[in-house]
Amino acid sequence: MSNERRITLEINGAAETTSVPAHRTLLEALRGLGHVDVKCGCEKGDCGACAVLLDGVAVDSCLTLAWQAEGHAITTLAGLGTPERMHPLQQAFADLGAAQCGYCTPGMIIAAESLLRRVPDPSEDEIRVALSGNLCRCTGYTKIFDAVAAAAAVMSGKGDAR
Amino acid sequence: MTTTDRTLAEPAPRDTNVRYNQIGKPLVRTDAPGKVTGRTPYAGDYTMPKMLHAKVVRADLASARLKRIDVTRARALPGVACVLTAADMPDRNIATDIPGQTGRDRLKTDQQVLVRERVRYFGEPLALIAAESRDVAEAAALLVEVELEPIAGVYDPEEALKPGAPIVTAPDNVVATYRIRRGDVEAGFAAADVIVENTYRTQFQEHAFLEPEVGLAWVDENGVVNIRVSTQVIEHFRAVADALGLPHNKVRVLGAMVGGGFGGKEDVTVELYLAILAMHTRRPVRLEYSREDSFVGHGKRHPFKLVYRTGVTRDGRITALDVQALADSGAYVFLSPYVLLYCAVNASGPYRVDNLNVFARAVATNNMFTSAFRGFGGMQACAAYEQQMDEVAGAIGMDRLEFRRRNLLRTGEPMATGFVPPSSIWTEKCADLAWEALGEQTPDDGPVKVGRGIACYQQSYGRLTFLKDTSEAWVGVEIDGTVTVRSGVTDIGAGQASSLAHIAAEILGVTLPNVIVYNSDSQVTPLAGTTTATRALYMTGNAARQAAAALRERLVAVAAEVLGAAPDAIELASNRVAVADDPARGMSFAELVRLCAARGVHRSELAIFRAPFTSPLDPETGQGQAHPDYVYGAHAVEVAVDTETGEVRVLKCIAAHDVGQCINRAAVEGQIEGGTQNGLGYALTEEMLYREGRLVTPSFSEYLMPTAMDMPRVQSIILESRSGIGPFGAKGIGEPALTPVAPAVANAVADAIGARVFEYPITPERVVRAIAGRDRAGAAAGG
Ligand code: FES
Ligand code: FES
Repeated sequence: MSNERRITLEINGAAETTSVPAHRTLLEALRGLGHVDVKCGCEKGDCGACAVLLDGVAVDSCLTLAWQAEGHAITTLAGLGTPERMHPLQQAFADLGAAQCGYCTPGMIIAAESLLRRVPDPSEDEIRVALSGNLCRCTGYTKIFDAVAAAAAVMSGKGDAR
Repeated sequence: MTTTDRTLAEPAPRDTNVRYNQIGKPLVRTDAPGKVTGRTPYAGDYTMPKMLHAKVVRADLASARLKRIDVTRARALPGVACVLTAADMPDRNIATDIPGQTGRDRLKTDQQVLVRERVRYFGEPLALIAAESRDVAEAAALLVEVELEPIAGVYDPEEALKPGAPIVTAPDNVVATYRIRRGDVEAGFAAADVIVENTYRTQFQEHAFLEPEVGLAWVDENGVVNIRVSTQVIEHFRAVADALGLPHNKVRVLGAMVGGGFGGKEDVTVELYLAILAMHTRRPVRLEYSREDSFVGHGKRHPFKLVYRTGVTRDGRITALDVQALADSGAYVFLSPYVLLYCAVNASGPYRVDNLNVFARAVATNNMFTSAFRGFGGMQACAAYEQQMDEVAGAIGMDRLEFRRRNLLRTGEPMATGFVPPSSIWTEKCADLAWEALGEQTPDDGPVKVGRGIACYQQSYGRLTFLKDTSEAWVGVEIDGTVTVRSGVTDIGAGQASSLAHIAAEILGVTLPNVIVYNSDSQVTPLAGTTTATRALYMTGNAARQAAAALRERLVAVAAEVLGAAPDAIELASNRVAVADDPARGMSFAELVRLCAARGVHRSELAIFRAPFTSPLDPETGQGQAHPDYVYGAHAVEVAVDTETGEVRVLKCIAAHDVGQCINRAAVEGQIEGGTQNGLGYALTEEMLYREGRLVTPSFSEYLMPTAMDMPRVQSIILESRSGIGPFGAKGIGEPALTPVAPAVANAVADAIGARVFEYPITPERVVRAIAGRDRAGAAAGG
């Protein structure tokens, strides 16, 4: 298409280049580059499944244009940790059964990470507000709240994930 | 607290070995690490070289004649590979009945793949597009010229029954009828001191799984159509093959981890469109529904009108019950007859009703078609019968729990169809524990009134027994001591695959990381049936258990010989095999497997588990066996109702279920918590709204399910009677978790405001109206 432009995105610490038109969302661009750990649930900003960190703050990548993300650090779920070296949030979500179908999980963990970077020791109300843009149909959220609280405790050195 | 003598003996627990190594503990699911690190591929994450992107063009009227469809301009758009209409597939139909079924003729209920002439519901597919990119496919969709001529439709099942109503399904719009008759209802009403009649209404509900329907299809070098798809039922390969005129072994459906199903991925969704486009273009084709496509693309939960008439004595004995149920099946039949049957069978709930008359009908309209949804008709019945129990208790001035206790079915007693469930019935224990756990009542706060509600339930696990359900699993051991499970079961998020690993690990005495499960491939993994109807653990769990047990027997025989002990003295645990009372006499599990391999012992086993096979219920009386067994339990809630705004807040939420036996305690809690969210949404906010059949809530900003801000914490009380017919005495929890939630909320709201909203969802407007009605009635009575 005629209005495509080459852009360089910094994704999970590595620079990647792609050619996209102005209307291409960051969600589409990331998935197009193989970052399929970023999920698509609505493309309208309603569900939070597509959340990524942009300079450490959670955004819905379906509402962000790819061009706008140039020059910002993008972190996806896979950028937080690996099965061998899990991020405390990932560990807590796994240990406490906070992921069922797992489709909301990438967005949930990203939204939680965004919260914990601002508020290391959040109350349950703060957790609820931070996750209120992320829908989940499987868990009833109970175990997600527990996992975020447990990870917060680990990260601030106050407990272990169980 | 029991008021009835428990003369009937409890069945003995089916499994007395309660020293499980892993079963029943809160274990980390095998699928968790992949999911939390973004490594798990879902169906939409697969791509192929030269892949095309598909789009479905849909009708924007609910009842119309397709006068003209012109795809010339769409086809001419650069980058468009094909645009197909009904003219390209004149006689193709899509089966809409009994997914994955093996032993029974299908109903004559097929849907046209693409509209030939008559549009019957809003969103019915008109054309399929495949293009080089999604952008091009979408642009081409806008170039398809469609002329629809509106035809008078019918949007209310009661209207659809009237003479002269537009006919959606010939001859009279009635797509299914069931009757249940027990005892003498007239005599029962004559013996009643009080008769209470009420009408309850339920709404269209959306499954709202987070992953929209998606798939990728390609034709391989053997001419096999491969479809990688997000589905609960890989055995739709048969329906797809039949629709395409292919032999069954030339269609292969592969699953992936499913991003939620809840019944919404139980019918065929994108599979057939993908197969058609892949065959037509001979290129891989990917189709992903947008959220709006998803909302208009799959069936909804049936709205019901339920009229309950109950006769009762002053001392709280139900003498007669008459239930008239009317369901909206929408424009196509799909699973409506079975959903209706579940409603009929469960119409009297977990109660003893000797004089019972149930008359249930499902009726076609031009609304969105309705089909499977977690709870499957049983939950709509519960949504009504538990409100009716409170109304009747109120009418005779009896405590709600006490009235229930006097009528609850006990273990060994027959249910409405005359069938005696083979397992324990612990409803009362569950109800008492749930109620007690509510603790001290939160005080009212000015106009904010606090109320409490309870609901008991009965919900089946396993499919209808006349469907003759079977499930297969294969278990094998490798010579390094690792274990492989192969089974076609789909994993829709409840840990279906993981629980098979737990079962194999428990029986073979290996640790969980040493077990891997391969699942969800219709031509490669042994067919396990559907992941629906709370059947996966019961059916496939039993198959895996059988396979692992048979294998264990062969391994233990060798171990006994080598270790010089009796086979039943051999213990397998923690990747070791040893003599139970002399653990020093032993070896590693891997060593045992190597010994077996050296002797040519068969190191794998394929097992089939068969549910009970029965004939259908008697068509006149509805008597007989409908399901393998039932789950019982109760849900208690406390709500705060703002009587000025009508807003309802759920303060406490207690779920007590007898699950038979937990396999993974955390997974059971997860099902209960998630089921509760679904039930609270149903009770308070969720409704798919249609106007003249047109969807007016096409996104998550109009269709409101509970968010992290709305959800109370859920407290689970898990009872284990070990009496179920699943593995280790398990029952099931997928559907039961949801069934009693909404009526518990309805009863709590009624308790808070002293008036009942007879219609779900219980919105602020309806609450305010109910309060106004109560006040008017009070004023009239006072004046
Ligand atoms: S996909 Fe971005 S918010 Fe739903
Ligand atoms: S785990 Fe399935 S949507 Fe959250």
